[in-house]
Amino acid sequence: MTKSIMIVGVGGQGTLLASRILGNTVIREGYDVKVSEVHGMSQRGGSVVTYVKYGEKVYSPCIDKGEADLILAFEILEAARALPFLKKDGTMIANTQQINPMPVITGAAEYPSDLQSKIAEKAKLVKLDALSLAQELGNIKTVNVILIGVLAKNSEIEYEKWIQSIKETVPEKFLNVNLKAFDIGYNL
Amino acid sequence: MKKLLLGNAAVARGAYEAGVRVVSSYPGTPSTEITENIVAYPEIYAEWAPNEKVAAEVAIGASIAGARSMSCMKHVGLNVMADPVFTVSYTGVNAGLVFCVADDPGMHSSQNEQDSRHYAIAAKIPMLEPSDSSECKEFTKLAYEISERFDTPVFIRLSTRISHSQSLVELCDRENDELKPYEKNAPKYVMMPGNAIKRHIDVEKRMLDLKDFSDNSSLNNVEINDNTKIGIICAGTTYLYSHEALGDKVSYLKIGMINPLPEKVILDFCKRFEKIYVVEELDPIIENACKALGIDVIGKDAFTLLGEYTPSMIKSVVLGEKANESSALSENLPARPPVMCAGCPHRGTFYVLKKLGLTVSGDIGCYTLGAVPPLASIDTTVCMGASVSVAHGMGKARGNEFTKKLVSVIGDSTFMHSGITGLSDIVYNKGINTVIILDNSITGMTGHQDNPTTGYTIRGEETKQVNLIMLAKALGIENVVVADPFDVKEFERVVKEETEREEPSVIIAQRPCALLKRVKYSGHCVIGDNCKNCKMCMKLGCPAISIKDNKVVIDNTQCNGCGLCINVCPFQAIKKED
Repeated sequence: MTKSIMIVGVGGQGTLLASRILGNTVIREGYDVKVSEVHGMSQRGGSVVTYVKYGEKVYSPCIDKGEADLILAFEILEAARALPFLKKDGTMIANTQQINPMPVITGAAEYPSDLQSKIAEKAKLVKLDALSLAQELGNIKTVNVILIGVLAKNSEIEYEKWIQSIKETVPEKFLNVNLKAFDIGYNL
Repeated sequence: MKKLLLGNAAVARGAYEAGVRVVSSYPGTPSTEITENIVAYPEIYAEWAPNEKVAAEVAIGASIAGARSMSCMKHVGLNVMADPVFTVSYTGVNAGLVFCVADDPGMHSSQNEQDSRHYAIAAKIPMLEPSDSSECKEFTKLAYEISERFDTPVFIRLSTRISHSQSLVELCDRENDELKPYEKNAPKYVMMPGNAIKRHIDVEKRMLDLKDFSDNSSLNNVEINDNTKIGIICAGTTYLYSHEALGDKVSYLKIGMINPLPEKVILDFCKRFEKIYVVEELDPIIENACKALGIDVIGKDAFTLLGEYTPSMIKSVVLGEKANESSALSENLPARPPVMCAGCPHRGTFYVLKKLGLTVSGDIGCYTLGAVPPLASIDTTVCMGASVSVAHGMGKARGNEFTKKLVSVIGDSTFMHSGITGLSDIVYNKGINTVIILDNSITGMTGHQDNPTTGYTIRGEETKQVNLIMLAKALGIENVVVADPFDVKEFERVVKEETEREEPSVIIAQRPCALLKRVKYSGHCVIGDNCKNCKMCMKLGCPAISIKDNKVVIDNTQCNGCGLCINVCPFQAIKKED
């Protein structure tokens, strides 16, 4: 049975690193893995979507609507945008942070209100304020690894395997702060 | 050992294992990481060339000189290098020569959605198409064998989802990395009519031999499932999507050699099924080939010519099954298009151009985002380098008064790529255009590659740096001004002065990309009490500045303290804090 995980957010939030940690973790379980990333123009502050799929044999690297077992959303509007991709009984893990998109900044559109409760009406929602947690830790760039910690807690893969994969994926000089960030998410 | 590798990294690994010695490319999404990953192998000489034509010629030269070589480009880069490609098809190779071209169905990061397979057919060059990272590596190695065996360059065709997906790859050792002897062979390598006429005969014979090869090659794979009445012909991504969607309910012919197609294999496969679908993104290349063979296939009558395919789309067409159930919020969600980063040097430039109400002939790079509201400054964007020559054409069409209200904007890397020739046209043909070179000291959009203006090579070694001022002067531009786009008042004065001239000018808007490691903005900007809510700073389209409860606020998680907003505030209401 293939597991499908989507990571969504805003370009620059570090979704790519999160997907690589996840990818490197599931290989340790001996699965076939595909990770589909977005590079180039869409990375510049736009909506970004990464797919991670694993199982006995994975064909398509992409995830269709209604297929994701789990969505890890780095921003709440992006969580709402990704909702149609979630399976009926899937879980949405969402950072409650709001980042205004340009149409909202220019006044051409409004940032929708009450997104958390609207999403919770439609799906199982695990929410957290990862930005505040990262600020408390003293490095706002650790939002991505805090979220990976929450994802890890909601997965069947053991703690140690995640730690090994973080050690392999994150550059040495940021390793300590990221290990702390992971624990914050994992122990929420 | 199995490793999770990006398709592009797997192509690089294949090149390494195949004993490749020279790689020359120009960056272009989604192909860039192939050459970036080549850098990890010290055995291979790697470089960023100023454009794809130069890069391809470097690879051709290396091949003739006896080194297995490679050049990588995005689909539109193949247009730039088309000239040497069509003729190297005639000369053939000495050591193996492979061109990796990455298409971008769905236009994640491109200005068009062209299908590179046309080039392989038109230039009579074999083309392979892998469908995952493991095949990226294996097909690359095989491409070198085909290249040398059939005396031909070979294309590897990738697409965004193959290039930018990671999957497992088995790593092997490097082999065959010796140089082949170089011998002068003018009839083969000097393409003038007398020689080329003879080489054309060889090309046609080679394509017949390759047809035979394709029919017997393991590159093309037939997968028959029991009791199936439907056959699917697919390649690359569409094999993955089809298999995901249809599983063992159909049988598959997965084509790995796109040119020449395995016609006998196709005919044999099609005989076995009642209904045949050709599932291919973009143009009906395989479909038309099947129809020319007299096979009744269903292709673009059922599938779109546009964008990327999905498994659910294929399931719905082939099996008539509906997509999965899913829930969405009832309201319309605001879109989140890409924007220039906080601290982007281009923001100052476009703020001034918009304020002056100029017509702006644009180009390809991060700064194409200057077309998006609220800056909404750019009038045209066609292709690399076109900002300069399109503006020259506009000026010649509408006269000098129009040209005085017109500027070109082009990045440093794009200018080196193909802006220089346009500028020389302006000088030679007495244009009076103003060209603004947006010198942010890097090739930004593709993720920070060095270029001839940065002073560093692909491996980060120091090298000579093109002096843009001297270059513009050498072309005959007498008015060359360097200005900082964040000093908005001075920048505005310079733009006014230069556009008003009856002579051509070059303005070098100099400020490095905010994402470069050496750029250290600090602190963040805050709105003070004397804010009159005039919203001048909102015109910058900075992702950190927005309106909350009818007041301007700066989000300090987005702001990097670049200070541009301080420079545009007429009431000195914005201050910087640590």
